[in-house]
Formats: sequence, structure tokens, C-alpha cells
Amino acid sequence: MVIAVASGKGGTGKTTVATSLASVLGPAGQLLDCDVEEPNCHIFMNPELHTSVTVNLPVPVVDMSRCSRCGTCGDVCRFSAILLIGDEVMTFPEMCHGCGGCTLLCPEDAITEGVRALGVLESGFAGPVEFVHGRLRVGEAMSPPLIKEVKKRIKPEKTTIIDAPPGASCPVIATVKGADFIILVTEPTPFGLHDLRIAVEAVSALGVPMGVILNRADIGTRDVQHYCDEQGLPLLMEIPHDRTIAEGYARGELLVHAAPRYRERFVDLLNGIRDLAFQPNDRPIEATS
Amino acid sequence: MRIAVTAMGKDLDADLDPRFGRALYFLIVEPNGSIEEVIDNSTNINAMQGAGIQAGKVLADKKVDVLLTGHCGPNAFKTLNAAGIKVGVELRGTVREALESFNRTEVKFASSPNVEGHW
Repeated sequence: MVIAVASGKGGTGKTTVATSLASVLGPAGQLLDCDVEEPNCHIFMNPELHTSVTVNLPVPVVDMSRCSRCGTCGDVCRFSAILLIGDEVMTFPEMCHGCGGCTLLCPEDAITEGVRALGVLESGFAGPVEFVHGRLRVGEAMSPPLIKEVKKRIKPEKTTIIDAPPGASCPVIATVKGADFIILVTEPTPFGLHDLRIAVEAVSALGVPMGVILNRADIGTRDVQHYCDEQGLPLLMEIPHDRTIAEGYARGELLVHAAPRYRERFVDLLNGIRDLAFQPNDRPIEATS
Repeated sequence: MRIAVTAMGKDLDADLDPRFGRALYFLIVEPNGSIEEVIDNSTNINAMQGAGIQAGKVLADKKVDVLLTGHCGPNAFKTLNAAGIKVGVELRGTVREALESFNRTEVKFASSPNVEGHW
């Protein structure tokens, strides 16, 4: 089972929820940090990362001695990454999405594929929990191909927790697509509700069952609860604004370490999600210490 | 000589559009003010990315010699440069006024982009 933890608004507690879920799963769990622009699960999980591989995107390289100046490459590229200007084929590698269309369609076979580094994929273990994250290269604007590469490490025999990037744009969709369940973490503020609405609207098209976790639940208004009722979204858990939790977070501790009474609640949450995600064949999850 | 001016409208009294890649129109004019062609740039205005590059290609294909505009970013500049189009920047007012500045040789020609990408 794959559970993606997303949110519209940033800073609502995605990582807090994702790392605690992974921690209670223990050896049955796998944590993938797909917030590749600023991954932070490792701060709480302290994994030993034993492998690091560079993830590249293919970009066109043109051999002008073979080029007949037909302009097909430019016509097929919708991202303006390659085009014929006068007598010259210009390439803008940073604009390329790596589809390979120009290479495939060049009638003179004048285009070969070079690479643009997107970032690195690092993996290892945090105690018994398998850990994978991507780190986007500084200056790189395109994260979905790296996110997809991180997701290739999903192991079907495990319960995979994915920490998604904030927002509701392409990187989020690339992350949550194919998940069995999406947890949306929000807070009871006008911003939290506003961005939750956008996130729900964006991911609804995927048809994945969803639920909401309300963090710092006792501040602000009850508008998020009302919204969840209206939309028929299950409210999976409410986490109060608690100094013990905040202090633990500031020290880089997992929520379930700073406030151990939550361990049982996260186990219950996982079992509840198993039912909501229609995964009756998964074995019930038991707490690990 | 063919001069392209980025414009908010279709005639010489239209305001110059300070944007290059996402300008509303390109007016291709002769130095004497006769309008040779009006190019509607609406497809580039809505482009996800690469508006400057595509606009540069349009002007290259139209065999333009000089561009008069407000701002030009790095990819647009690279494209225009490859096409041998001189890039006059920091112009304002109407198309007619930009053309008059050009005829009085008061236009500043860029040797590098004058704004960042996605300006």
C-alpha cells in the first residue's frame, strides 16, 4: 500500500505525519521523501544513506555536419528547447523536458542525446525503515522527473509512505499519482483551508481516496471541519497545538518520540487508512517499538 | 530595412509594449513609418515557457533587421543574436516615438540581455 502525505499550504505538518507513520511501521515501512526541492525527512529519521546516484534527463545534442536545416526538431518541440534560427540549430538544454521527440524525428539522425543532471537520489535505512529521497540540483527548475525516479523505488511488499511537496502543481501530482491513499495535512487557519480546497480540487481528478489530518487543531476556527463534512472527506486525526510536540520538532525529534502516546494513534490511523483505501488483503499493522 | 516594434496595438500610435516574448503585437515597419506587417503574438503570450525564444524565431523567419522593445531576457537575446537581429532596448512611448528615436540614432542597442529570464 502506498500512502502519500500532501498538503496545499506548506508548513502544516506533512513531514511530522510522514515520519511518524514510517516510524511506527518499522521494518514493514518504507519512507520516500519526494519533496525534492527541500527534502527534510532525513533530519527527523537520521538515515544512513549508503547509495547516491545522479539522475539525468536526456537533452538534444546536434551534429551540424549532418543537419539539413529542415527545422523538424523545432516544430516538434513544444518547450522551445530546440529550434532552427537562420542556418543554425539552437538548443536550450535547461528548457528541455527530455521527451526525445527531436532525436526520434530528425530525418538525418543528426541529434543524439546528452544529459542534464537533475539531482541525486540517495537511499539507505533509518533504523529498520527503508529510506529514499531525491535532492534536486540547485538551479534546476524541473522536479517531476526526479520525483518519478524516487517513486521507482516503491516496494509493493512494503507499506510506503511518501512525503509530497507542498502546493498543488505538477510536482505534487507527480508525487501522489498512483498512491492508494492521500493524506492531506492542514491547519485551522484561513490559509490552511484556502490551500486545502485547491489541493483537494487538484488531486480529486486522480480518483484516489483521501482524508484530512488537522494539525494545531485547537487554534483558529472550525471551518476546516465544516469543509470536510461538506466534501465528505474523512477527518482522520486532530493533533492539538502542543508545546511538547513543538519542542520535540525544534530538536529534530519525531512526533512519536516527543509524545509517545501518539504511537498508538498512528497505528490506528494506518489501520483506518487500510480500510478506507480498500486494501483488505494487507495484513493489519502492529505497533513496533 | 525591416524594423520590428513590440506594440500594444496595431498602428503607429499604439503604445510600445515593454515586453518582448509576450508582447501583444509585433509591427514590422520601414524607417519611414510604413507598416509592412502586423503580427498577432497571442499564441506566445500564453506559452508555458520559451515565449522569448519563439518570438525571436518569428522575427528571424520574417527577416527582421532591428527590434525595438523595452526589455529582453537571456534566451530571447541569444535567439535574436543568432538571427543577427539588433536589439534596441529601454524604449517607451508610442511605436511612432520609438521609430523617431531610431531615426535620430538615439536608440540604445543591447550587447547583452537587460533583464533576467521570466522577467
